[in-house]
Amino acid sequence: MNASNPQRRRLLGVGAALAATGLAGCAGMASGPSTGRVVVVGGGYGGATAARYLKLWGNVDVTLVERNTDFVSCPISNLVLGGYKQMADITRGYDGLKAVGVKVVQGEVTAIDVAGKKVRLAGGGEIAYDRLVLSPGIDFMADQVGGLQPALDSGRIVHAWKAGPQTVALRRQLEAMPDGGVFAMFIPKAPYRCPPGPYERACVVASYLKTAKPKSKVLVLDANPEIQSKKALFEKAFKDRYEGMLEYRANAELKEVSGNIAKLDFEDVRADVLNVIPPQRGGDLARSAGLLNMNNRWVGVNWLTMESTAAPNVHVLGDATFSAPAMPKSGHMANQHAKVAAAAILQQLKGEPVSSTPVVMNTCYSYVTGRDAMHVASVHQYDATDKTFKTVPGSGGVSAAANQIEGRYALGWAENIWADSLAL
Amino acid sequence: MPTVLRRSAAFLALIAGAGLAQAQDANLARNLAATCANCHGTNGQARGDMKPLAGLSADKIVAMLADYKSGNQPATIMHQIAKGYTDEQIRLVAGFFAAQPAKK
Repeated sequence: MNASNPQRRRLLGVGAALAATGLAGCAGMASGPSTGRVVVVGGGYGGATAARYLKLWGNVDVTLVERNTDFVSCPISNLVLGGYKQMADITRGYDGLKAVGVKVVQGEVTAIDVAGKKVRLAGGGEIAYDRLVLSPGIDFMADQVGGLQPALDSGRIVHAWKAGPQTVALRRQLEAMPDGGVFAMFIPKAPYRCPPGPYERACVVASYLKTAKPKSKVLVLDANPEIQSKKALFEKAFKDRYEGMLEYRANAELKEVSGNIAKLDFEDVRADVLNVIPPQRGGDLARSAGLLNMNNRWVGVNWLTMESTAAPNVHVLGDATFSAPAMPKSGHMANQHAKVAAAAILQQLKGEPVSSTPVVMNTCYSYVTGRDAMHVASVHQYDATDKTFKTVPGSGGVSAAANQIEGRYALGWAENIWADSLAL
Repeated sequence: MPTVLRRSAAFLALIAGAGLAQAQDANLARNLAATCANCHGTNGQARGDMKPLAGLSADKIVAMLADYKSGNQPATIMHQIAKGYTDEQIRLVAGFFAAQPAKK
């Protein structure tokens, strides 16, 4: 297809990682000449979906650069912490994307040359693009909590806010915790990735401890003034299911960590396992590319195309974006961003107008035990006057109650969104 | 289409609603239907417990969503989601899924 492209031929020399990715996957997929080259950086919910839908809807060369060998889902990962699921249950490969013609490169993009329209790989290769999709996720502002960065670096404290080795490490800490121990977790001020996620984690860990180590305690230290999502439902779960075991404290600002001590404004809290979810911003690559133009923290985007307002031809998806009103930072939403971007990019590459009426929606399930779950849902229509997505009045909402049926739907959601994003 | 005409068409579409937007945006039904895929599968070809939409008749999909919207059909979540889409958007989504092959 592009065998004569000197850029690509040079890349072929980059190394074994590229050679192993199956460039042959692109054979036979396209009909007619490609309308352009799109590079997608980051193979999470946003990037994987963008790569998949660009191939599903268009005839373009798509290269996905992802540093990890596999996709590991943050949603459902709290069930791994509780021992209700294994890592294999939340891990999927990139073979589906390869099979639909996406060139999957395992590697790390170290720099973006916006003017030259190319990305640079660790190890020295470059990949040229007509349009770039960047789905960088989040990185942490650990310096806002004294002592946190060295504690994270040493592995003594884990965040487990990116699924993978951190998930395994926190599960091990919970398994090693003595009965009668204290599991303390810190929740940063919003906005952060997955608004209901921390409260789900508190419930699922409490569910595990209630059975395995019933004398233990779960202490939830929330920097926010109140529970950030499904508030009434989580309050009910805390009270009805975990009263006496789980304690929730609002406005608990974590100043410093020292050993197993969490230092708050007016007291020190000792924990056997201390799980700190650090304050967050758009991912490192977005920062080094100068894209964090909103509060020096998030990426401003044009919601019709998902293009960065800081760099032309660079489309940014998911948690790294400066959210529209009431739009959550979620894997589901990143998948929806990706579809808006894919549709827009294919039009832009053909020189045709993009849709003026995009819609995105969100569904987040949260478990309160290993079995029972509840949801929050919202639908967001583009508002041309204010140039942003707005939720539709009267739509959306939360579950009447957490239950087993919604627990089954949560797993059904996972199976379907993983298949949708990864072309499984 | 000349840019000026395209711009005014886009403007009219905004004030006249999705009906005219559809005429200007050949991919609108596809794009709207893709918002359902996270739960109902790519092109409505769902996995596992979730309800497949591919290959259902458009009338049936429209009727189901109308019942969710009105509350005639009780649901855990679809009554909340259905209310986020206009009747015209639902008609487009239904037409798209009706044209998709059911999963083998």
